[in-house]
Amino acid sequence: MLRYIYGNDLHQFPLLRDTMFRDRADQFKTRLGWEVCVNEAGEERDEYDAMNPLYVIWQNSDGAHGGSMRFLPTVGQTMVNDHFGHLTDGVRIESPLIWECTRFCLAPGAERRVSAGLVLGAGEVMANFHLEHFVGVFDPRMERIYRLMGLEPDVIGTAGEGREKIGVGLWEMRAEAWPRTLERVGVSRETSLGWFRQSFAAGEKLRSVQHAVA
Amino acid sequence: MTLEDITEQLQRARALEDLQVITEQLRDFYTITHIVYHWVNSIGERFGAGTYSTDWVDRYLEKDYLRMDPVIFGCLQRFNPVDWKQLDWSTKPARAFLKEAIEFGVGNQGYTIPIRGPNGQFALFTASHHSSDLEWEAFIQANARDLMIIAHEFNKKALEFENKTETMPVPTLSPRELMAMTFLAKGFSRAQAADELQISEHTLRVYIEAARHKLGALNTTHAVARALSSGVIVV
Repeated sequence: MLRYIYGNDLHQFPLLRDTMFRDRADQFKTRLGWEVCVNEAGEERDEYDAMNPLYVIWQNSDGAHGGSMRFLPTVGQTMVNDHFGHLTDGVRIESPLIWECTRFCLAPGAERRVSAGLVLGAGEVMANFHLEHFVGVFDPRMERIYRLMGLEPDVIGTAGEGREKIGVGLWEMRAEAWPRTLERVGVSRETSLGWFRQSFAAGEKLRSVQHAVA
Repeated sequence: MTLEDITEQLQRARALEDLQVITEQLRDFYTITHIVYHWVNSIGERFGAGTYSTDWVDRYLEKDYLRMDPVIFGCLQRFNPVDWKQLDWSTKPARAFLKEAIEFGVGNQGYTIPIRGPNGQFALFTASHHSSDLEWEAFIQANARDLMIIAHEFNKKALEFENKTETMPVPTLSPRELMAMTFLAKGFSRAQAADELQISEHTLRVYIEAARHKLGALNTTHAVARALSSGVIVV
């Protein structure tokens, strides 16, 4: 299932949190060879994890991390604006309607529906929070995988060569992408919205209070 | 008064009292019960502008509700817009607080947009109303985007006041943003403009969106008009 968790709430999901940061080390350090910091516990974290981002995480049935990504508003500090401004034609990408999506990660051997699940999660974030675009940093070697998921980034710019190559891309969730994404995950929109509400809502409590008041 | 007029007035605001007037104009424009913007600056000082009754503001301060207000607690660590229905009203003090707020005319529905500014600056922009869940949901679906833009325009002002900027800074667009806006002002379609700039249409839309945000406009048409009237672009 999908969970939407702010950094300051991750402690409520210790297994999910720990396996996510370890899988990130595996993907970004071991598999992609990025120059990222991995701590003694084998976890990859950076300064943006300290900014209380919103994580969208696929949780496997055993409670562990299946895949994840990280969101921050572009009106605050973002990786693209802080470090990759030279790849966006000198345009500072900042708007309340654009969030940055980084650290798109799949656990080793993740089942196919996990990547589709993350696409779905990104779509729910966009739809429910009235956003228009996601901007993100990605490894061009992942492009083929993104394409397989129907999640083709619109590349703004790339720099470097080979292992060092990095790109800045844009994503959006077009209306026609919903049915096939839901199909790949194997859930209905209702189930997906249920996961979303479960993460963000404290329940139906206000309604009952309002009835009590009325 | 159109929303564009109100937004332009917001950009001309020089003091807190001006923001107060604009919250009233927004409330009347949307024909809802209240609009409130409040913020905490980087040294922890609080400011507010809004249409809540003075009775409610006094009551709120007297009872020190800031310490328990579920809207504050529910938005403090967030950056996504929050419908009040999503908040935790399960505790007894929270329910009593809500009941009282409704009695003081705050409304039974609310939508709060939290904003994280630089250096610990933090703000909440709230629309509240008396209506059914269904009506409120329709209102939010129709207006959330504009409300998010306006919330951030309020916050730009708050930061401007904090930095004591005397004159309104004229936004500077990067060369690519300038070219994109100039093509639109000349009547090019987005596809034509993207073609001229040799970028994808999606990239163009993002550059236009960045320019719209800088210009403090509500939409692309408004952004082009503002860029022209402020002399940012010349056609």
